[in-house]
Amino acid sequence: MQSEVIISGFGGQGTLYAGQVYAYAAMDEGKHVTWIPSYGPEMRGGTANCTVVISDEEIGSPSALHPRAVIALNLPSLDKYEPLVAPGGYLIVNESMVNREPTRTDIHWLMIPANAIAQELGNERVANMVLLGALEANMKALPEGSLEKALKGHTAERLQKFVGLNIEAMHRGAEFKVD
Amino acid sequence: MALEMIKGNVAVAETALRVGLVAYFGYPITPQTELLEHLSARMPELGRAFVQAESELGAINMVYGSACTGMRVMTSSSSPGISLMQEGISYIAGTELPAVIVNVVRGGPGLGNIAPSQADYTQMVHGGGHGEYHVIVLAPASVQEAVDLTELAFDLAEKYRMVVCILMDGYIGQMMEPVELPPFAPLRTKAPSWAVGAEHPEGERAVLTSININPATQEIFNVKMMSRWQEVEKEEVRYKGYYLDDAEYVIVGYGTAGRIALSSVRAAREKGIKIGLLRPITVSPFPVEVLDKLVPGKKGILVVEMNNGQMLDDISAIVARRVPVHFYGRMGGMVPYPDEIDTAIDEMVHGDYDVNRDARGVWLAKMRELVGTGA
Repeated sequence: MQSEVIISGFGGQGTLYAGQVYAYAAMDEGKHVTWIPSYGPEMRGGTANCTVVISDEEIGSPSALHPRAVIALNLPSLDKYEPLVAPGGYLIVNESMVNREPTRTDIHWLMIPANAIAQELGNERVANMVLLGALEANMKALPEGSLEKALKGHTAERLQKFVGLNIEAMHRGAEFKVD
Repeated sequence: MALEMIKGNVAVAETALRVGLVAYFGYPITPQTELLEHLSARMPELGRAFVQAESELGAINMVYGSACTGMRVMTSSSSPGISLMQEGISYIAGTELPAVIVNVVRGGPGLGNIAPSQADYTQMVHGGGHGEYHVIVLAPASVQEAVDLTELAFDLAEKYRMVVCILMDGYIGQMMEPVELPPFAPLRTKAPSWAVGAEHPEGERAVLTSININPATQEIFNVKMMSRWQEVEKEEVRYKGYYLDDAEYVIVGYGTAGRIALSSVRAAREKGIKIGLLRPITVSPFPVEVLDKLVPGKKGILVVEMNNGQMLDDISAIVARRVPVHFYGRMGGMVPYPDEIDTAIDEMVHGDYDVNRDARGVWLAKMRELVGTGA
């Protein structure tokens, strides 16, 4: 089984970090995993995305034209990736940053007001974790609890105080279920 | 040992210092900079030399000088920077010095861009600098392989007193994968006998130079170098084969293009196409014999690269019109999706052609259509 996930948004929305958390979790579960950024001069406000591939066997391509899942943190990402999600795949949209719903009927999609939820939790920067939690709760590429374990295990000591908030954000996202 | 998740650039840097890198000289350039950045912190921590040179010319000549001590030294750069280093690489080769050079290739020619590319294959494999010399060129396709080949690079450089190049691209450099790093090796304390500063029994001193005024003695040197290369060709070929046992078709690709092709090979296998992958790990020395033995009885060979078919020329010479050769490549920093290679496989399996087909010409016509130029 192989899952390709693209996480896309503006620079500063934590797209690359969300991908890394997913990748660490996959590594800890003994999966083959690749994480690759759209590298370049992206800064806060520019576009940023990464691709995470999680597999049970040696991974060929670390990128995918038709990924199994996309997290779209803003409208340009929704416009770009909605047509590309593989049929039967997942599209998790940050409702706070777009002005439309997806139109495809052959994929699972969710509209999640991630920024609003993150604000409720007291820190808008965890919107990425809300969306990541939502994707994994529905796609289930890894055993339950893997993301939480990865956050705890791979966060530097001085940042451990934020782990609880990030996990809470994931759990809020996980409450959203596709039909 | 615990796995770590790190970028290819960082993995190469950390491995180099663990296997005994004593001095690093470099100049920042994307998509290689993390390598230099990592060493800029780690080398001083360990009391070793890190020098950000004034330019790539400075860096390679510092490598040249320090390599004369027989200690483990390296530099790294990306395509335009490596071009600047070619004079120095030729001098290092002409002085028979071990040195490791990492080229994280980007789109070109000229300043080009920072996207992943394999456009420096010919430059690294078939020279680059003046004069006749060979460089061992290792092409990792994953971060773990980049780690393993970095360790190997230093060993081979010393064994053959040769320049070893790790030929990566922006994908391998920027990608994170779980890796197991080698343990710390003790630093060498004694210089090899040929090195400057080595203890010599009769008080004679090592003279290390690439000057050979007399053509006759130069030729003697060249014969010696060429003979050593023959030994490298015999002993040091490395490759990985996938699904080759019953393959009727073979894809050949190295590095990033090779691993992307693996996805397509699996997809084709699911459709019942008997196809395998030969992924050269040493592109110099090239696995000539391995490919030569694969050719008879095959229905087609597809070469996949991120350039205009530089390895294709080498492979066409080996295949020698015994079976039809096909080519698919992207240039300029574009990376193929497996879907594109899937199409190339379908065309190979279902197309109408013979051994005289012009692989590059057919591909280029398609590229003109793809990019929309009538040029």
